[in-house]
Amino acid sequence: MSAPIKILTFGVAACVGGAFALAAAPAKAWEPTHPIEIIVPAGTGGGADQMARTMQGIITKHNLSKQSVVVINKSGGAGGEGFLDVKNSKGNAHKLIITLSNLFTTPLATGIPFNWKDITPVAMMALDEFVLWTNAEKPYKSVKDYVAAIKAAPDNTFKMGGTGSKQEDQIITVALEKATGKKLTYIPYKGGGEVAVQLVGNHIDSSVNNPIEAVAHWRAGKLRALCVFDAKKLAYPDKVTPDQSWADIPTCKSEGLDVEYVMLRGFFMPPGVSKDEVAYYVDMFKKVRETPEWKKLMSDGAFNTTFMVGDEYTKWVTDAEKLHQGLMKDAGFLAKTN
Amino acid sequence: MEDIGNLFHGFAVVVQPYNLVLMVVGIVLGVIVGVLPGLGGANGVAILLPLTFSMSPTSAIIMLSCIYWGALFGGAITSILFNIPGEPWSVATTFDGYPMAQQGKAGEALTAAFTSSFVGALFAVIMITLVAPLVASFALRFGPPEIFSVYFLAFCSFVGLSKEPPFKTVASMMLGFALGAVGLDQMTGQLRLTFGFETLLTGFDFLIAVIGLFGIGEILLTMEEGLSFRGKAAKINLKVVIQTWKELPRYWMLYLRSCVIGCWMGISPAGATPASFMSYGIAKRISKRGFNFGKGEIEGVIAPETAAHAAGTAALLPMISLGVPGSPTAAVLLGGLLIWGLQPGPLLFTEQKDFVWGLIASMYMGNIVGLIVVLTCVPLFAAILRIPFSVIAPIILVLCAIGAYTVHNNTFDVVMMLVFGVVGYFMKKTNYPLAPMVLAIVLGDKAEESFRQSLLASQGGLSVFFSNALVSTIMTLGLIALFWPMIQSGLGRLRAGKKGVRVAE
Repeated sequence: MSAPIKILTFGVAACVGGAFALAAAPAKAWEPTHPIEIIVPAGTGGGADQMARTMQGIITKHNLSKQSVVVINKSGGAGGEGFLDVKNSKGNAHKLIITLSNLFTTPLATGIPFNWKDITPVAMMALDEFVLWTNAEKPYKSVKDYVAAIKAAPDNTFKMGGTGSKQEDQIITVALEKATGKKLTYIPYKGGGEVAVQLVGNHIDSSVNNPIEAVAHWRAGKLRALCVFDAKKLAYPDKVTPDQSWADIPTCKSEGLDVEYVMLRGFFMPPGVSKDEVAYYVDMFKKVRETPEWKKLMSDGAFNTTFMVGDEYTKWVTDAEKLHQGLMKDAGFLAKTN
Repeated sequence: MEDIGNLFHGFAVVVQPYNLVLMVVGIVLGVIVGVLPGLGGANGVAILLPLTFSMSPTSAIIMLSCIYWGALFGGAITSILFNIPGEPWSVATTFDGYPMAQQGKAGEALTAAFTSSFVGALFAVIMITLVAPLVASFALRFGPPEIFSVYFLAFCSFVGLSKEPPFKTVASMMLGFALGAVGLDQMTGQLRLTFGFETLLTGFDFLIAVIGLFGIGEILLTMEEGLSFRGKAAKINLKVVIQTWKELPRYWMLYLRSCVIGCWMGISPAGATPASFMSYGIAKRISKRGFNFGKGEIEGVIAPETAAHAAGTAALLPMISLGVPGSPTAAVLLGGLLIWGLQPGPLLFTEQKDFVWGLIASMYMGNIVGLIVVLTCVPLFAAILRIPFSVIAPIILVLCAIGAYTVHNNTFDVVMMLVFGVVGYFMKKTNYPLAPMVLAIVLGDKAEESFRQSLLASQGGLSVFFSNALVSTIMTLGLIALFWPMIQSGLGRLRAGKKGVRVAE
């Protein structure tokens, strides 16, 4: 008896959720007619997931869409599950996918039948940065100290922790190996938060965590930020630790470690959607970018706030794919094709 | 002492009428989410997260953590009544809970399960209140070898539990490992055992396997046995709660042990699922009534439920203090913290006192409210068993299908659930135990991951598993648990031998 009643209660809860979508939005050429799905090709709690859920909150709170937004994690097969789902939803204008570098690395490493050209680019929301971190107890005060220590020791002495295998963290690690001429032991973990804690616990020697993954431990004085893998310094001058801000971290290149890498945080839609439909979401994302909540997320995570749409975005993705192809090939990460 | 003051301040925040209402709403939603198999706490919290964006962070975390408590309570209900674990950590509860329900003791089993959950959670919260900073630094000592040793101990304390021949147990476990290995290999980033099928990318989700093996398999068996539940005689009044309570204090040692196991697993962070299995396994070894485990022994309900709830609660500690989620649900809550503009990490305790102590106070209150809510419903739940099987079976089937679908929003999973159901039916018919297979699916790939991480770090040297006091101790405990039957018989023989010598003299 109880089970059906419970379901009914649940239904009521769902309706309450739906009621948020009832507020009106200005008239547009095309508008969604049922809830919008945001697919996250990664697990709950990760960087892409946080961004998608923050946007869900912003869109709900500021009534940026008539329809409610649902976030769905499809993390199987290093995100392959999510990408294939979008690829196979031809013409579905109620589906978006937020991407990270696995847009390129997953198909290259696993050989699943997917390429970003199979789906429709919408907008780049931001670029995520990578910082070289070590434990604050260790004697390395700068990149130069750390690189010197790596060079002085035999191969595989230093352990680098990172998220996943044959993905962005390991690509950077391979680039570091090239730059230093020494092998590092790369240890893959499930998520960035876990990597940061392993570094605090001295189970690994360094990590290339995104700022948002490591900031809490940095503020607590447990980690040291050696350099940032971008062409220019981070644009956030407010002090994060008692004596350092994101902007105080030198670039790796300026410290003699010539490695640069940033990660896409952008949106795509299934193939076969119309220009009007894409334009609707571009417009919505522009409004999202203006909200204080979004600005807070950007500064918390020290994101590079580059925004791109249309041809500019497509060109960026094309270049990024070429870059990844080269990097993955050099590292020997490409799937064997039979 | 300052902390105690903060805690009382936290209570003052929590008992505001608005927050109390949120608490009850959270618990009820959580119980529903826990009852629906597949729609676990993590999904439930994720779905309801956007509702909380307009609340203050403290109110939001109170509601969301109450959903979490509710789900922990609710998971036990379907496990006991229908042999369908609503949550991964309630699998071990089915081993004795379901037989008890079949013997008409559903009320006792439910009361024991809920009360144990409460005791486990309370123990863990008290621990968090008193020794939070200490515990956080303990969690930092767990690198890959230490985490592997914990899984190793979980497996070892469970091996040899089954009444079936060892060969069948091993075969079942190996099948579980094989199924768990399907999908992406975390260590190399390559696909394994997918044979080119895109649908196999995600591997076999543990929840789908469990819903099929236990839920569907059980329905098939019941159908064969003549379309009736054997638990019809279930008593339906609140007296059963009082009567069961009178019995429970007798098991204080079991409670204490399960609480400790649970807290440790929650912090390490292995989570509630291995905690429940390990606690069940160890209880069976140590209990005088171990022979009766699996046939409807109340201790077999108390042990896993206490540990699961203690672990589930303790898992929130590393989340708050280190920013590492101890469970999937904690991972979603963590995302919530960031969205509300709070930074989980070592500084949260000093910077956001209101929030942290509000959360801790809500753990106390939420569990008390939860216990009251679920206990008053015990007769109602038990009465479900009076509904004729022909009516309830289709409802269960539909719930299972919805549950399997919600895991990944994938229709193929519903088909897989049915396949697992048939597999489960044949395994039961041929006396292959299901539990080792389930254990292997849920923990196999995690154990493999930390094993290979350890070996990467040590350049292939196995000595890493005995490289410091912590990991050596856990590994040694594991080995003792593994060879316990042999050690026991060896000791017995030694004693008998000595006697023999004496007699000869």
